[in-house]
Amino acid sequence: MAEAAYRTVMMKPQDQVAVALEDIPAGAQLTVKCQERIVEIILASDIPFGHKFAVVDISQGEDILKYGEIIGAAVCEISKGEHVHVHNLEGKRGRGDRLVNNS
Amino acid sequence: MGEVIVLSTIPSGKFWGYRRPDGSVGVRNHVLILPTITCAAQAAKQITELVQGTVSFIHQHGCTQVGEDYDQTFRTYYGMGANPNVYGVVVLGLGCETHQARSVASELAKTGKPVEVVSIQDQGGTLGAIAEGAKIATRMVQDASAQIREICDFSELIVGTECGGSDACSGLSANPAVGVVSDRLVEHGGTAILAETTELIGAEHLLAARAVDERTKKRVYEVISAMEARAMMMGVDIRTGNPTPGNIEGGLSTLEEKSLGAGNKAGSTPLQEVIDYAQKPTKKGLVWMDTPGQDIEQLTGMVAGGAQIVLFTSGRGTPTGSPIAPVIKISTNTGLFERMGDNIDLNAGTIIDGIETIDSVGQRIFEEIGAVASGKWTKSEILKQHDFGIWRIGPTF
Repeated sequence: MAEAAYRTVMMKPQDQVAVALEDIPAGAQLTVKCQERIVEIILASDIPFGHKFAVVDISQGEDILKYGEIIGAAVCEISKGEHVHVHNLEGKRGRGDRLVNNS
Repeated sequence: MGEVIVLSTIPSGKFWGYRRPDGSVGVRNHVLILPTITCAAQAAKQITELVQGTVSFIHQHGCTQVGEDYDQTFRTYYGMGANPNVYGVVVLGLGCETHQARSVASELAKTGKPVEVVSIQDQGGTLGAIAEGAKIATRMVQDASAQIREICDFSELIVGTECGGSDACSGLSANPAVGVVSDRLVEHGGTAILAETTELIGAEHLLAARAVDERTKKRVYEVISAMEARAMMMGVDIRTGNPTPGNIEGGLSTLEEKSLGAGNKAGSTPLQEVIDYAQKPTKKGLVWMDTPGQDIEQLTGMVAGGAQIVLFTSGRGTPTGSPIAPVIKISTNTGLFERMGDNIDLNAGTIIDGIETIDSVGQRIFEEIGAVASGKWTKSEILKQHDFGIWRIGPTF
């Protein structure tokens, strides 16, 4: 029990995010592993089941990878351990809003 | 304790099916009351209430449609009747609509299955049409009931794959498990349909790289561009509608993320072709049908394209079913399986729980296909979830 580890998954070693496989509270210390890569993280906020958190610091505008593929870009600086979701990650595809704003 | 007779004594990769005059194989033996126009949908439903063994569906289409939109709706009606799960069809029309019952019926008759036409205007109104349709359906149902299942091979199956109400587990558990099933089905000489073009935006490069030829590769990018352009025309971020609020609550942040998870259903075999909505695949193996991500429209397109069975993964939970094809519902997480057991047939959440592998869940789903194809009912069939929706691509005039 002392070593009770929260369950998480990181799909590819190059990913900047991992997924919580259970509700994990802020402050939890995690060891996230993917193949050869091992990252130690302290969660900055509560992460609900199925949600993502940053495994590295991410700069504004940087592409974010999951499954080793681009899932969007950071809309602001994101620190390691932060919740990564719609508030700080935006899609790059199907952005009709930009089409309107640019025209 | 009575003994349970298990059908699964037949070898893996085989099932008990109904052979059709055109050589195709059904896993069900429905008589379909097919309304080609919304005006006939209520009468069709009344016939199904009178005659056991019949199915139908409600819709709002079939008139004042033109061009490609007319063709796509026509192809969908035709495909529902032509699906091998249908023994015979009573095509029900009003009389003055653009999608004439007799046009659909004459195409359907080429399959060799029993097909008859009833028109409300020719029968002097609703009651006459219901009576005539019910009489014809009664004969067809009795003939259908005399047909005996025979041993068939998985190579004769077209299995649709779909995810609806996705969560972040979809791409980790149920979708990769369906990918394993897709690979095994293709290995057995069968056909797996990947669809929901919208939900492949952002994952198209992975599928294009698996295309068997340049033409298929080009079509991948064409259907993706066309779908994305439709979204762009709306002048908003597609995220206002897809991923849906439920997807977002489940942890999916962007359409690309959802797509990369959805694409897992395609397994790892080469992509043989990209087909139009409600079109029958011309090749065996993995095929991509161009459909929207909306669950019912996608399901209808695949069933009209000849899918006898559909695998449907869900993380949020959905009741979706088809009037003519069994839909095997697979939960991506154990919580959903426990909450919505009335709707979900299998649980892939065991992968997330760490007690089963993707391969072993894939094997369970593969075996369930054999059982369901041989007659086992799915939850959506038991609950009479007869969903139907056409992907309309033009305005109504």
